[in-house]
Amino acid sequence: MLNIFCYSIAAWVLLIGLYGVVTSRNLIHLVLCLSVMETSTYVLLTLIGYRVGGTAPVFADIPVGTKAVDPVVQALMLTDVVVEATVMALLLALAVQAHKRTGSLDPHDLRALQG
Amino acid sequence: MWIIPLTVVLPLLGAAALAVAGSITPRRWGDAVALLMAALCCGFCLYLCRASAGHELTYWFGGWRPRHFPTTGLVPTHLQAIGIAFDVDPIGAALAALGSLLVCAAVLFGWSYFDSVGVQFQVLLLAFLAATCGFCLTGDLFNLFVFFELMSVSAFALCGYKVEEKGPLQGAMNFAVTNTAGAVFILTGIALIYARTGALNMAQVGAQLRANLAVQPRPGALVLAAFALIACGFAVKAAVVPFHFWLADAHAVAPTPICILFSGVMVELGLYGIVRVYWSCFADALTPERQRLRSLLLGAAVLTALLGALMAWLQSHLKRLLAFSTISHMGLMLMGVALLTPRGLAATALYVLGHGAVKGSLFLGAGIVLHRLRGVDVARLHGRGRPLVWTGAVFALGGLALAGLPPFATATGDDQLSHALNQLHLGGLWLVSLIAAAVTGGAVLRSYLRLFWGFGKPSPAAAHQEKEEPETKPGRIPAVMFAPYAGLLLLGIALTFWPGLPEGALHAAQQFTSSASYRTQLLRQSPPLPQPLSTPGPQEPWRGVLSAGLALALATLSVRFSSLRGRDWGRPFHRLHSGHVGDYVSWLVLGVGVFAGLLLWLPH
Repeated sequence: MLNIFCYSIAAWVLLIGLYGVVTSRNLIHLVLCLSVMETSTYVLLTLIGYRVGGTAPVFADIPVGTKAVDPVVQALMLTDVVVEATVMALLLALAVQAHKRTGSLDPHDLRALQG
Repeated sequence: MWIIPLTVVLPLLGAAALAVAGSITPRRWGDAVALLMAALCCGFCLYLCRASAGHELTYWFGGWRPRHFPTTGLVPTHLQAIGIAFDVDPIGAALAALGSLLVCAAVLFGWSYFDSVGVQFQVLLLAFLAATCGFCLTGDLFNLFVFFELMSVSAFALCGYKVEEKGPLQGAMNFAVTNTAGAVFILTGIALIYARTGALNMAQVGAQLRANLAVQPRPGALVLAAFALIACGFAVKAAVVPFHFWLADAHAVAPTPICILFSGVMVELGLYGIVRVYWSCFADALTPERQRLRSLLLGAAVLTALLGALMAWLQSHLKRLLAFSTISHMGLMLMGVALLTPRGLAATALYVLGHGAVKGSLFLGAGIVLHRLRGVDVARLHGRGRPLVWTGAVFALGGLALAGLPPFATATGDDQLSHALNQLHLGGLWLVSLIAAAVTGGAVLRSYLRLFWGFGKPSPAAAHQEKEEPETKPGRIPAVMFAPYAGLLLLGIALTFWPGLPEGALHAAQQFTSSASYRTQLLRQSPPLPQPLSTPGPQEPWRGVLSAGLALALATLSVRFSSLRGRDWGRPFHRLHSGHVGDYVSWLVLGVGVFAGLLLWLPH
C-alpha cells in the first residue's frame, strides 16, 4: 500500500509539471515546470532503488552481504541531474533573450511562426 | 576493436580543443578541424558497417566484460552484463556514417554561407556528431538516453544559433521544451524497465524479459507502459503525428546547414531509437501483442504521411515546406518500421539513406536561395530566381527525386517498402506512399516553377516588391556552396547503383531483428538457429515514374489554378499549427495517452 502511494507521488509530480508547462504564460515559469516534470524521474529512480532496511551503498567498511540500496539508480539520477542542468541553463538563456527582444516573457508574445 | 570508441572520442576531443583554442586561431581552422573529424568519423563508421556484417562487434568500456554471478536471482547460468558496451551492427553504423557525411556537407556549405560565425558553431556541430555516433552504436539503455540528450541539447543550441532574432528564439524554445518533455517519458520508461529486469544492457534486458515469459506468458501492464513511454518519447524526436509540431518551427528558423542535419539524420535517429529498443529489448516479450502494436504504429504512420504531405502542400515558405515534407517522409519510414519485419526495416534503412541525400540537397538549395535573394518565401520571391539557372535545375531534380523518380535512391526505398507491405498482404497501403511522395514532390516542383521561372500569377506582395530595387547579392555562387548541393543529389543517384546495397540492407535488417543472435554475441547464450538470407524484391520503376508524373501534374495544375494552393481551405490546418508551445505539449500528452491506452486496453 505504502509502495503504491510512493509511486503515485512520482506520477503526481510528473502530471503537475505537465499541467504547468501546458498552461504557462511565463517562460521562466514554463522552464521551471519542465524542471518539476524531470524531478518526477528522480523520485521514481530513488524509489526503484530503495530496499527496506538497506544502508547507503558505500561498501568501504561494511561487512560483505550487508543489505544496501541500489547504487545504480543513484548513479543514473546524478547523471540525469547533470543532463537536466544543461537543458535548464540553455532554456533559461533563451528566456532571457526572449525578454531582451520582445520585452515580455509571455510565450504568446513570441509569435513569429505559425501555420 | 579500438576504432569503435574513437567515433565518439575524436569529435569530442576536437570540440574541446576548438572550445579552448578556437578564439585565438583563424576561423578556417575551426572549419578544417570539424571537417577532418567528420570525415574521419564517416570513414570509421563505413568500415564498422562493413566489418560488423554477419556478427555484431562489441567494445566493453574499461574491460568490464559480462561475468557469472551465481548468487543473484537473475537468469541463471548465463553471463550478466554489468559494464557499458558499444554494440555495433551494420544498420547503426550506416546511420552514423550518414550523420557524419551530412556534418561534412554542413561544414562545407557553411564555409562561405555565414558572413561571421563563432567557433561555438563548430564546437556544437562536433558535439552533435559525437552524440549521433554514440547513440547509434551504444548497447546500453541509459547510455542511449544520455547520448540522446547530448544530441538534443546541441541541436537546441544550433537551432537557436541566431538568437538575436525572434523566430529562432521561438523555434528553439518549442523544439527544446517538447523534446525535453519527450526525454522525461523516455527516462521514466527506462526506469520502469530497470525496475522489472534489474539490467540496463539491452541484450540483458531482452534476455531477462524473455525469461519472465516463462512465468507470465503475456507482457504485464508495466512492460507495456514502459515500452509505450519509450516509444512515444523517441516518437517526439521522430516527428510522428501528433508529436510533430516542433519540427516545422525548428527547421524554418535553424541555419540552413543545420536543417540538413535535422532532416537528414536527427529525426531518423528518433525512429532508430524506437527500432533499437524494440528489437533488442522488447521483441520477445511483446510477441503476443505484435499484431496490435503493428496496427497502432501503421495508423500513426499513415496519419503522419498524409498530414505532413497536406501541410507541405499548403506552405509557401520554402524551408517550412521542406520541413513538412520531412514529416510526411518520416511517416513512410515509420510505415516500414511498423511492419515489424526484416523486410520493412530494410526498406526504411534504404529510404533513410536516399531521403537523407535528397532532402539535404533540397535544403541546401533553399539555403542558396536565402543567401542570394535574402528570403525563402516563394510568394514574395515570385520569379526572382531566374538568374540562378543551375541552382534551379538541381532543385527541380531534387523535387523529382523526392517524388521517388528512378534512378534516385528514394525509388529503391519505395519499391522495397511496397514489397514489404505485400508480404503482409497490406499492399493497399502503398497508395499512402504514392500520395505522400507525389504531393510533397509536387509542392517542391510548384515552388520551383514559381520561384525560378515566374509561372503563375504573382501574389500582391510580390507585385509590390517588383517595383523596389531587387536586393539580389551580386557575384557567382561560391563553388564550396554549390559542391555539397549538387554532390548530395549525385549521392542520391550513386546509392542506387551501389552494388549489393538492397541485399546488404536486407541482410543487415535480418541481423538487426534477430534478437537471439544479438544476445548470443553478447552474453554467449545458446546459439541461434541459422537463418536463410532472403533476397530483396525486384525494382519496379513504374511506381516511381507514376508518382513523379503525378507530382509534375499537381505542380502544373496548382501553378495554373491558384485556388488549389489552399489559401482558403487550408486555414484550419494552419491554425492547428499554432506555434504555441503549450498547445504542442498538450498534443504530446494526448498522443502518449492514446498510444499507451490503446496498447494496454485495445481488445484483441
